[in-house]
Amino acid sequence: MSDDLTRMTAAEIAALIAGGEVAAVEVAQAHLDRIAAVDQSVHAFLHVDTAGALDAAKAVDAARAAGTVLGPLAGVPLAMKDVVVTKDLPTTAGSKILEGWHPPYDATITRRIKDAGIVMLGKTNMDEFAMGSSTENSAYGPTHNPWDLSRIPGGSSGGSSAAVAAYEAPLAIGTDTGGSIRQPAAVTGIVGHKPTYGAVSRYGLVAFSSSLDQAGPFGRTVLDAALLHEVMAGHDPCDSTSIDAPIAPVVAAAREGAELSSLAGVRVGVVRELGGEGYQAGVVASFEAAVETLRGLGAEIVEVSCPNFDYALAAYYLIAPSECSSNLARFDGVRYGLRVGDDGANSLEDVMSITREAGFGAEVKRRIIIGTYALSSGYYDAYYGQAQKVRTLIARDFTAAFARADVLVSPTSPFVAFGIGERIDDPMAMYVNDLCTLPASLAGTPAISVPCGLADGLPVGLQIMAPAMADDRCYRVAAAFEAATEHVLASIPELS
Amino acid sequence: MNYADVIARYEPVIGLETHVELSTASKMFCGCSTEFGAEPNTHTCAVCLGLPGALPVANETAIESTIRIGLALNCSIAAWCRFARKNYFYPDMPKNFQTSQYDEPLCVEGYLDVEVEGNTVRVGIERVHLEEDTGKNTHVGTSGRIHGADYSLVDYNRAGIPLVEIVTKPVPGTGALAPEVAKAYVTELRNILRTLGVSDVRMEQGSLRCDVNTSLNLPGAEWGTRTETKNVNSLRSVERAVRSEILRQAEVLDGGGRVTQETRHFQETTGDTRRGRSKEEATDYRYFPEPDLVPIAPDPDWVESLRVALPELPAARRVRLRDEMGVSAEDLVQMSNAGVVDLVGITTFAGAPVGEARNWWLGYLAQKANERGVEPPDLPITPEQVARVIELVSSGSLSVALARQAVDGVLETGSDVDEVVAERGLKVVSDTGALEQAADGAIAANPDIAAKVRGGKLSAVGALVGAVMKATRGQADAAAVKQILLDRLGVGS
Repeated sequence: MSDDLTRMTAAEIAALIAGGEVAAVEVAQAHLDRIAAVDQSVHAFLHVDTAGALDAAKAVDAARAAGTVLGPLAGVPLAMKDVVVTKDLPTTAGSKILEGWHPPYDATITRRIKDAGIVMLGKTNMDEFAMGSSTENSAYGPTHNPWDLSRIPGGSSGGSSAAVAAYEAPLAIGTDTGGSIRQPAAVTGIVGHKPTYGAVSRYGLVAFSSSLDQAGPFGRTVLDAALLHEVMAGHDPCDSTSIDAPIAPVVAAAREGAELSSLAGVRVGVVRELGGEGYQAGVVASFEAAVETLRGLGAEIVEVSCPNFDYALAAYYLIAPSECSSNLARFDGVRYGLRVGDDGANSLEDVMSITREAGFGAEVKRRIIIGTYALSSGYYDAYYGQAQKVRTLIARDFTAAFARADVLVSPTSPFVAFGIGERIDDPMAMYVNDLCTLPASLAGTPAISVPCGLADGLPVGLQIMAPAMADDRCYRVAAAFEAATEHVLASIPELS
Repeated sequence: MNYADVIARYEPVIGLETHVELSTASKMFCGCSTEFGAEPNTHTCAVCLGLPGALPVANETAIESTIRIGLALNCSIAAWCRFARKNYFYPDMPKNFQTSQYDEPLCVEGYLDVEVEGNTVRVGIERVHLEEDTGKNTHVGTSGRIHGADYSLVDYNRAGIPLVEIVTKPVPGTGALAPEVAKAYVTELRNILRTLGVSDVRMEQGSLRCDVNTSLNLPGAEWGTRTETKNVNSLRSVERAVRSEILRQAEVLDGGGRVTQETRHFQETTGDTRRGRSKEEATDYRYFPEPDLVPIAPDPDWVESLRVALPELPAARRVRLRDEMGVSAEDLVQMSNAGVVDLVGITTFAGAPVGEARNWWLGYLAQKANERGVEPPDLPITPEQVARVIELVSSGSLSVALARQAVDGVLETGSDVDEVVAERGLKVVSDTGALEQAADGAIAANPDIAAKVRGGKLSAVGALVGAVMKATRGQADAAAVKQILLDRLGVGS
């Protein structure tokens, strides 16, 4: 264990605080200092809440002094993606159109992390409205990958992944609509999990695509992610799509996976369609080595075929834009956020139009236009309707595959982190980042990304997918894998 | 233009879309109050303001009420259905989409029989679906409309109130009776909704709003182009709107013109309709299933239990009024002509003697309706409230004069009977001491009249009774006052 509080895992920090060996305020201050030192070059945060973080930490210290039994993550700092609504703190979703908006309420997950005594350091950068794979679509400038500041940290939750990889926070929350937790985790060498759709409340997530959005944890270890997962998850009566069932025992699964160091009896399916042509050679090599590691742990490796996964990208880029075209309609300058052109001469429609023109970035506009078109009378069946059918077929592919395997594996992303600016002018080159992560999004099934080595000196992620409600399988296999491999973050270059 | 002449040459087809605000305690998708008349924007929250991140949760009572409406209208109840988003930009809609139902309504394929001049007309019900109401815009400026307004105000208290839309099938073949059929349908529908207890059905407050579709065709020809008339805010207006639209369209057709498919607005003052938004620039609402809500799959056993538990509906009540309460056929016709059959029925079944109920609705309340230029059911008083007034009279708490004051109070303030009685201090003065004092005062002030009464002209006592009633602000029982006066004048029995 390092003496540097920022180098510790969340589990270690929580144990020190609970044992009275370190004050939560010290922990918070150490991370605020780290942010002050490195975030000018990383730009993971859009807003740092120094006063709020120290107050929350003081409250934890006071509770401990009063003899209150602390929660498993009490006093541990966390970075919150700016798509999650936080009462009285800015929430921009990476967009100019929400600049200056201070929500009057907390998201359910915000409330849960506050109730757990987790110390929220601030809000992290992201692709505008979570649309993107590089965080370059933020209206507030890109975030830089701490492995190589000239590269992207993944997206859309790139601020969160970069904050954790840069030791600015041991934990972060992201949201994943088509891969926005897993791909950033992969390209920054950390752990990120997209829970089963409905396992974590969406109440208070600024919606991108309602039927796909799901919040989840980032950590530097599988156990840390699991600890945060259990704080976030659970039924919420404010979210109709929230599942009213016990939370999957992910912490126990992570501990068990690490302790047993064996996957004997576990059938691991390698998805034929998620690999091969178009995948970076180093990524493929790392993935193949990872599969051998799993075999070495006693897992039975089977190959499975999910033919409809080939249509996931097309289906996703109809469903997500369609839902976003409706979800983003509310940003019209009438009630909150940006208003442009209200000069007394322009009509109401003009003001709405001018505001949206000024407030939304290019990628958001692109998707609104695609979605508006796809939902139009006469096109609905051919586009949105057809995409929903593909979604059903993909879910069936999963069901068939899970009859033969307990978990499925693939690379998390076909590539390692690419350079900032490299793909921004080519939407298709950007969209293929999500090839491996989209099927689980469309099926609503859980998937985790765990580091599995380096390619050309940059991290590669292993994606482990499980059936709906079996999030614990992801954590168990990921923890066993993590215990059997050297952690890639050990080789991250020091930030100046 | 002569209406009979028009009807001789053209056949009208009508159709009605009725929006009913449910009287649930909370809104459709959040916990905010649905109370009418609160300070603007005080019954709002993150959900009904459509703030980023907020999510809807469907109000189960609203779903139940909608199913009960469907059952009362002889509809099939969907085994599985969904909400859908209706997308369009308008500042009274916080999300710029309305959560509604599209191709999967909760209730379909029903009917409602209405009686008009001795004929039973079956009005087909196409669908009954559930949605959320929008906020309310007030356009400030001379035009009163959004175009040309100096500024506009939006009140989101109404946004998210559960709204049921009941759509009829086109109703052909009613001929000259089309306006009456339209009115009879809304009347009967309103009676049913009131009987179900699912809505205040107050047209003047907008908790029941009606759009009337009208078209004309030559006999034997295909149906004509229809117009949709909005702003029809009373039962009387329903009838007037159809009649005026029939006349207007006939004039257009007679002149060789073409009826335009458009929205028209009924003008309460002139009784005609004015052109509104043209449907030719049809909006594409880009409906799609609401991903933030789960499908509704009502348990068939539950639906059956709702069906069994439906209250007696107005048609059955009318039969019972006749058969059990002994209301004569003549009385029924008289009540029917006055539009008060169901009001009398509900008042009666709320506990009032049928004769009293009849007298109030055909007497004082009919007069009040007439003064206000509305139909009796449009009066802002419920049959239950009238039954309560009758109860207070028969228990001796109120005299008839006081009861009328109580009714006036309800009509003026919208408060409940007991509130009005309490606020205005309406009660019969039964304190004998106070009455005797007032009687003595009246005798002293009117020595001539007192002398006449003492002299045996007992009828003259009326003037003294009047003086005492005035002194007690009408709160004394006139019979008791008379007796006290006679006693004190030494001519009591």
